[in-house]
Amino acid sequence: MLSYIARRVLLALPTLMLVALAVFFLIRLIPGDPAVVMLGEGADKAAVAALHRELGLDRPLPAQFLTWIAHVLRGDLGQSISTGEPVAGLILQRFRLTAMVVLAAVSLATLIAIAAGMVAAWRRDTSIDLAVVGASTLVLAIPSFWLALVLLLVFGLKLGWLPFVGYVPFAEDAVQAALFLVLPILTLTITESGVLTRMMRSSAIEVMRLEYVTHARAKGLSETTVLRRHVFPNAFAPTLTLVGLTLGHLLGGIAVIETVFTLPGLGRLMVESILARDYPVVQGCLLFTACVYIAVNLVVDLCYPLFDPRVAAA
Amino acid sequence: MPRLKPNAAIGAALVGLLLATILLGFVWTPYDPIAIDLDHPLAAPSAAHWFGADEFGRDVLSRAMLGARISAAIAAGVVAAAVSVGLMLGLVAGFVGGWLDRALMIVNDTVLAFPGILLALALMAVLGPSYGSLILALGVAYLPSIVRVVRAAVLSLREREFVEASRVAGDSGLYTMLRHVLPNALPPVVVLATSLFGWAILSESALSFLGVGVPPPAPTWGNMLSSARPYMERASWLSIAPGLCIALTLLGVNLLGDALRDWLDPRDDG
Repeated sequence: MLSYIARRVLLALPTLMLVALAVFFLIRLIPGDPAVVMLGEGADKAAVAALHRELGLDRPLPAQFLTWIAHVLRGDLGQSISTGEPVAGLILQRFRLTAMVVLAAVSLATLIAIAAGMVAAWRRDTSIDLAVVGASTLVLAIPSFWLALVLLLVFGLKLGWLPFVGYVPFAEDAVQAALFLVLPILTLTITESGVLTRMMRSSAIEVMRLEYVTHARAKGLSETTVLRRHVFPNAFAPTLTLVGLTLGHLLGGIAVIETVFTLPGLGRLMVESILARDYPVVQGCLLFTACVYIAVNLVVDLCYPLFDPRVAAA
Repeated sequence: MPRLKPNAAIGAALVGLLLATILLGFVWTPYDPIAIDLDHPLAAPSAAHWFGADEFGRDVLSRAMLGARISAAIAAGVVAAAVSVGLMLGLVAGFVGGWLDRALMIVNDTVLAFPGILLALALMAVLGPSYGSLILALGVAYLPSIVRVVRAAVLSLREREFVEASRVAGDSGLYTMLRHVLPNALPPVVVLATSLFGWAILSESALSFLGVGVPPPAPTWGNMLSSARPYMERASWLSIAPGLCIALTLLGVNLLGDALRDWLDPRDDG
């Protein structure tokens, strides 16, 4: 088990290194002088020269990269050009909200997917199954930001049950803050449950066809025990992988949701900094998100042995 | 000949509807999609404007029709770019193997380490908004998944008898690759390309919604939704047509993709 963990962690290191390299070079892809692009065409010469020194643009590329990576490893992602705030602090502050919304939505979506997927597989080809498959196919086709707009329209405007747009930090008013998060979490729960349900259903169907399930039934075990003890643990791995991927891709996809609900999260920060051409923040967000993505997938990999001990032994 | 399942029929009908709308848009739209009519801003749906008019009095239906063409063209461009480059890289990686394969896969995994839409966002920030950069940004974001699928198919094909036979018969590696490996690696790619078309429509509208995709006044479903947002209280109908267009297109493409997968890979998995 320990060697499995060590192997997985070691495998992630080269990817992290290359991700850092890619993020570093991204800013060099901008046509023209990055300093001028960041400060705007009419910026004065002294400011451009100062930024050049700060970004180390006057030195050869390998030296620039080493300086940058040394800073990154110490947790220094530079300063925001528009506000002067340290990028690392900005990201961590915004990330808390994003992480809360994403984790809540994905957990709920996973629970829904497990329940709906297992029931649909168990009652395959009945009207329940048809309803589950139909609903998840429909949900899969609905763009999250459109669903967000429609939910806002219904619950925020027409019914007036929930606050329209905006956000209050938890520290100020926890109840209000929670109310502001209901619709974003609901939106993502709905849109993400579709693909997870389909995956859970199809892997449960595959497992139910195996002989040991027939055997378990023949032993006279109750249907619930068969599903819970024999089908679910062996059918869950593909869904778990997908949960990991979903968590990761939502770190990007959340940008549109945070825009609709005007939530000050990480996705919104990324979009704002792109529109403001605040490249140190863009760079920081990208690097941070990629690291979280790699970390999440690592954690998912490490979870497999909990469901299937054969993975660690292999 | 397999029986046409109802969901495949619905999928085909929806995709057909999209194509018909695009073709019709070339010869006729109810109004000029970008003509401003300041006498009727935010007009409610009526016989004159079926889906209403936007803040500049532009007809929503006409704009959605033109938007269909732009969104579909960009998505088709993304699919064409990602599939052609992905086929090439996947074939070479899987067939040649060795250090070249390892190097390609390392780069591939690095790109995969970024959430697709975020990578596209960042690339758009660097490239600036244009159709070309949208296709490039989304193409790069989706390329790694194609490369992986092609490579996996090639790796399993490489061990098959007919490929071995071609090699033993003295065919050149290139000939074997193009004549025997490539055609057999296509089915999974066709299925993935179908889904990719749907994802590209969705991602393009998300990027346009965020204001880093297709710049106005050219309409896409995404930027129509984006400009509808401030008028939600007064003109909620503005977000109906573009949202429905995206949802119906995705539904059609997904159903067709499922049907295609069942047909090409008739494993009974529900």
